[in-house]
Amino acid sequence: MTALRLKNISKSFGPVEVLKNIDLTVEDGEFVVFVGPSGCGKSTLLRVIAGLEDASAGLVEIGGVDVTLTPPAKRGIAMVFQTYALYPHLTVRGNMALGLKQARRPKEIIEKRLKEASRMLSLEPYLDRRPSELSGGQRQRVAIGRAIMREPKLFLFDEPLSNLDAALRMNTRVEIAALHRNLAASMIYVTHDQTEAMTLADRIVVMRDGIVEQVGAPMDLYNNPDNQFVAGFLGAPSMNFINAGQHGFEQAAVLGIRPEHLKISDTGPLQGHVTHVERLGADTNVLVKLNTDEMLTLRLFGQYDFEIDAPIRLGYAMKDAFLFDENGHRVK
Amino acid sequence: MNKARRNLAHSIAAHTLLLSYTILALFPVFVILINSFKTRKAIFRHPLTPPNPDSFSLVGYETVLKQGDFFHYFQNSMIVTVVSLFFILLFGAMAAFALAEYRFRGNVWMGLYLALGIMIPIRIGTVAILQMMVASGLVNTLTALILVYTAQGLPLAVFILTEFMKQVSDDLKNAGRIDGLSEYAIFFRLALPLVRPAMATVAVFNMIPIWNDLWFPLILAPSEATKTLTLGSQVFIGQFVTNWNAVLAALSLAIIPVLALYVIFSRQLIRGITAGAVK
Ligand SMILES: Nc1ncnc2c1ncn2[C@@H]1O[C@H](COP(=O)(O)OP(=O)(O)OP(=O)(O)O)[C@@H](O)[C@H]1O
Ligand SMILES: [Mg+2]
Repeated sequence: MTALRLKNISKSFGPVEVLKNIDLTVEDGEFVVFVGPSGCGKSTLLRVIAGLEDASAGLVEIGGVDVTLTPPAKRGIAMVFQTYALYPHLTVRGNMALGLKQARRPKEIIEKRLKEASRMLSLEPYLDRRPSELSGGQRQRVAIGRAIMREPKLFLFDEPLSNLDAALRMNTRVEIAALHRNLAASMIYVTHDQTEAMTLADRIVVMRDGIVEQVGAPMDLYNNPDNQFVAGFLGAPSMNFINAGQHGFEQAAVLGIRPEHLKISDTGPLQGHVTHVERLGADTNVLVKLNTDEMLTLRLFGQYDFEIDAPIRLGYAMKDAFLFDENGHRVK
Repeated sequence: MNKARRNLAHSIAAHTLLLSYTILALFPVFVILINSFKTRKAIFRHPLTPPNPDSFSLVGYETVLKQGDFFHYFQNSMIVTVVSLFFILLFGAMAAFALAEYRFRGNVWMGLYLALGIMIPIRIGTVAILQMMVASGLVNTLTALILVYTAQGLPLAVFILTEFMKQVSDDLKNAGRIDGLSEYAIFFRLALPLVRPAMATVAVFNMIPIWNDLWFPLILAPSEATKTLTLGSQVFIGQFVTNWNAVLAALSLAIIPVLALYVIFSRQLIRGITAGAVK
């Protein structure tokens, strides 16, 4: 069964077209991540799916039912927000139970689910606290707990971790992954964090300016991007783009090489000098200025020392060269 | 303030400034209070000395309380002020929520139109208002006053509250929608509590002018049954003789409820229940 099907979704705010003819299917139990630069319409698409925003055109189906005209509470979805959005006047318990109370579910069911959810997220000690008495990470767990309580057909996450610090982000990320495994629920997750996208997703949807650029499994997108935008967007440091013609590829406009695919080699075709070195411990990023005045990033695993301005020669394997035409489409 | 940030000189300067302003602001009230407890002679001879055994007298308060309907006037003022404030806050917040939350055609113009009233004194329309009240048979009712004061207070209330309503987190409202709260529940249970400090501000702004108003009670509701305190106190001010003891006593008594309301609202103003709620 399909958890979600979007057909031709468009959305305009006045004259501005924010989403353009989006088609997308999410299978049952799938974890789909939306990525894309800021302002590309990820949150808007999520809100359209949730029913918080009406699509200007198109169809939303959740669990096989057309919900285009159904209010958010009846769509069988739950949403976790970047700002947590907990009800300030309710305790953790009240926050988590409100949705079920509004739906007039029996007390026993609410109690049972509350127990389960708070155990899953280790929230038992905090049930009687107000949100203002919790730390950021705890608040986000409550928000996730509130979503779990609804037992939705589809979870929607809008950058749930971006207000947390790095260590907590990693913990919560692992928790969300575990949650996905345990609940076997369908999830849609918006982020602009590469790591979250790559590690959590079954499939990644790369968006730009309101259109879907490419959909695929993380490694497929990484190894086989359809266009220059996707190639540049995934991977950190991002892919190097240099003039293809100048480097022996007459059939294309742009040559792309990932930083980790560049190798130092005495016979390599790319000559230049070192302009900057970033030592990260496990790996070293070297910024190189080519004699053609183009900049390259080289990623080496391990620790290395380089003199600034020292000459350097780089090579790469043919299979690692990505070629794009002047419109950014992949040339194979 | 913590110790590291405390600076003695600054602190003294700031407190001197604040204290002198307080004294300046409270001085008239102080003069009214002390003189309300003095004999008429003492009021005129030594207006600035506090009452002493010789000059002490409760004659003002006795006159006021014997005047019979004083408590009734008091009650009228209280009803008019509290009910008007209630409507100003309720309708003001509702309009503000709609303007801040919903995108509809003419949203901005509607906001401007509602705010226009801030610049136009309602008294300009007194004659028309009186005609309307006569036509609808509301002359000499408290309802007339309540309607006028509500209208008078709404523009500023809508203007101020709209700004604050815009700051209520969208995510919070959306979370409510997903949990199945109706738009009314979102307004009353999520938005209103978060703009409580702003509502208190609006209430304080509106309260004093309504309580002190003489104009509309005189024109719209001068009957004995509907007199407000300010209007009622005018009986002591004659064209030739003014009963100063009574006037001062009435004024002193009139301060009490305003003070009480102010204390209630300012507590709301200070209470920050929203801290850490959303983020
Ligand atoms: N209510 C609105 N009225 C008008 N324009 C809006 C509205 N909401 C969003 N937009 C516009 O729609 C575009 C997409 O916004 P959206 O919030 O979906 O971006 P996003 O991809 O989630 O970005 P971010 O990563 O920064 O969260 C933006 O250009 C934004 O200015
Ligand atoms: Mg967003």
